[in-house]
Amino acid sequence: MGSSRSASSRRLDQGLESVMVWVLRAGGWASVLVTFGIVITLVKESWPFFQAVPFVRLFTDTMWTPLFSEPQYGIGALLAGTLVTTGVALLVAIPLGTILAIYLSEFAEPQFRDWVKPMLELLSAVPTVVYGYFALLTLTPLLQKIYPDLPQFSMLSAGMIMGIMIVPYVTSLGEDAMRSVPMLLREGAYALGDGKLGVALRVVFPGAFSGLAAAYVLAISRAVGETMIVAIAAGLQPRMTVNPLESAATVTAFIVQVSLGDLPHGSIGYQSIFAAGAVLFLMTLGFNLAGHALRRRFHRAT
Amino acid sequence: MSVAPEIAGRDESEASASDTKALPKVQIHGLNFFYGTNQVLRSVTMDVPALKVTALIGPSGCGKTTLLRCMNRMHDLYLGNRYEGSIVVQPDGTDILDASVDPIQVRMRFGMVFQKPNPFPKSIYENVAYGLRLQGMNRRKELDEKVEKALREAALWEEVKSRLHQMAHNLSGGQQQRLCIARAIATDPDVVLFDEPTSALDPIATSKIEELIVELKKRVTVMIVTHNLQQAGRISDMTAFMYLGELIEFGDTNRMFTNPAKPQTEDYISGRFG
Ligand SMILES: Nc1ncnc2c1ncn2[C@@H]1O[C@H](COP(=O)(O)OP(=O)(O)OP(=O)(O)O)[C@@H](O)[C@H]1O
Ligand SMILES: [Mg+2]
Repeated sequence: MGSSRSASSRRLDQGLESVMVWVLRAGGWASVLVTFGIVITLVKESWPFFQAVPFVRLFTDTMWTPLFSEPQYGIGALLAGTLVTTGVALLVAIPLGTILAIYLSEFAEPQFRDWVKPMLELLSAVPTVVYGYFALLTLTPLLQKIYPDLPQFSMLSAGMIMGIMIVPYVTSLGEDAMRSVPMLLREGAYALGDGKLGVALRVVFPGAFSGLAAAYVLAISRAVGETMIVAIAAGLQPRMTVNPLESAATVTAFIVQVSLGDLPHGSIGYQSIFAAGAVLFLMTLGFNLAGHALRRRFHRAT
Repeated sequence: MSVAPEIAGRDESEASASDTKALPKVQIHGLNFFYGTNQVLRSVTMDVPALKVTALIGPSGCGKTTLLRCMNRMHDLYLGNRYEGSIVVQPDGTDILDASVDPIQVRMRFGMVFQKPNPFPKSIYENVAYGLRLQGMNRRKELDEKVEKALREAALWEEVKSRLHQMAHNLSGGQQQRLCIARAIATDPDVVLFDEPTSALDPIATSKIEELIVELKKRVTVMIVTHNLQQAGRISDMTAFMYLGELIEFGDTNRMFTNPAKPQTEDYISGRFG
């Protein structure tokens, strides 16, 4: 049909193309700039904090009470909250998300998959406040039926709901990764006499590992950064504990709690939220780098 | 090997197998194959001799791959495919197309090597052990022995013995294909099916694999699809020429290359089409 297109329409195409390239490039740079902006703000605002408080105190103090008259700066009390809720969330999200991904990619009828995937993705569009109150008002009472001593605010309840929230991320990315494992590999295993489940677990799963690792890292970052659910359902009391049956504050919960109050700009309490934010940022950065390295290592394997 | 009970149980023990070499290994009879409504094989009938190399040749799209994949019921993996006719495996006389036969049992008797090397994302060792484990072999010592034997038969042992537990993907293409051959023969199948196993390889890797196939027929029956007529001439004992889903001519390779009976065969062999 359009084999002999006019020179002018070709020029128009080229013009459009260069405009598009510029738009995309601007978009790319914008995201880099925003990231830099965040880093600069974090450094600038937490700088005075680290001038006033020696860095080691973050790890030698055992409590996090920056607003008290005799403040303590043991960030471990907040990190414990973050790590425990994240741990609980991952214990829910990784097995559930992975099993669902395997099911959708290897066993489900295509029509069913096309129907379920958007539903799942809708799940991640639910506002996290809703999840938070769901944990507090529905899941916690339910858990209390099983374990009556569970306090009203608990890391278990918040972590579990956070896990449910993350499942769609793991499933969606994981399913993509598994479906991109070449059919030729599956056929190789079938040709040796393997069955559907065996092929899924022994060939497709390791073949998709780099993609799955990426999904898991995203899940971790998502859990570490999640704020609303933990602020609502896990409690706001920093506590150096690894017991998920207790209540505790996470790094993010502390940040919202303090920033909702009216601390004077420039006070040490105000600066402490940036210090906490900087620690959180370093943590997610660490996870992402580790995930990247893991992914590269397995990438050569697939 | 441990023949599957379903298959062994159906032994009708004909001719008491006095001379297994004379008896055909696989008897394909009146085989039609359909991808949905598209008929691709048309009443193919041929006796594949035991412990010989049988080559399938013919122009692109004539149905060579389709025929090969009937032999291990590979088509069962996809919906809408249909077979008619029979493929009887000797000495037990099982018709592997029979609805009562489990395709998994068939695949354990028919090894397959694909056009492109497809090692699993596992170590070299685990690749070769894959089929063995499926057949229930778990003892380390036994596995070690079988893996080494298969790798030696695939002429790969010397190159990989010091790195059996490294990922198979670090091997070269030719080594990967030999690994896939080791994987296919480790379980001592009755027949090994090759679909253009050298089409992705350089001449040196190709000649290694050709030598291997010739060596292999001492103990297994081989069927090989190839586009390379010289290759068919070098390694096969019997040749089947297919055209548009039909088996045009089937016979001794030397005879067929020097004195084809059918004009289509002659045209194809002399390079006039295909
Ligand atoms: N999955 C499929 N669904 C429908 N038709 C198919 C399918 N696979 C192959 N065919 C058709 O079946 C015919 C035979 O294909 P086949 O792959 O067996 O040919 P071939 O002889 O192996 O060719 P080549 O030498 O190119 O590999 C072709 O016409 C092809 O288009
Ligand atoms: Mg083919």
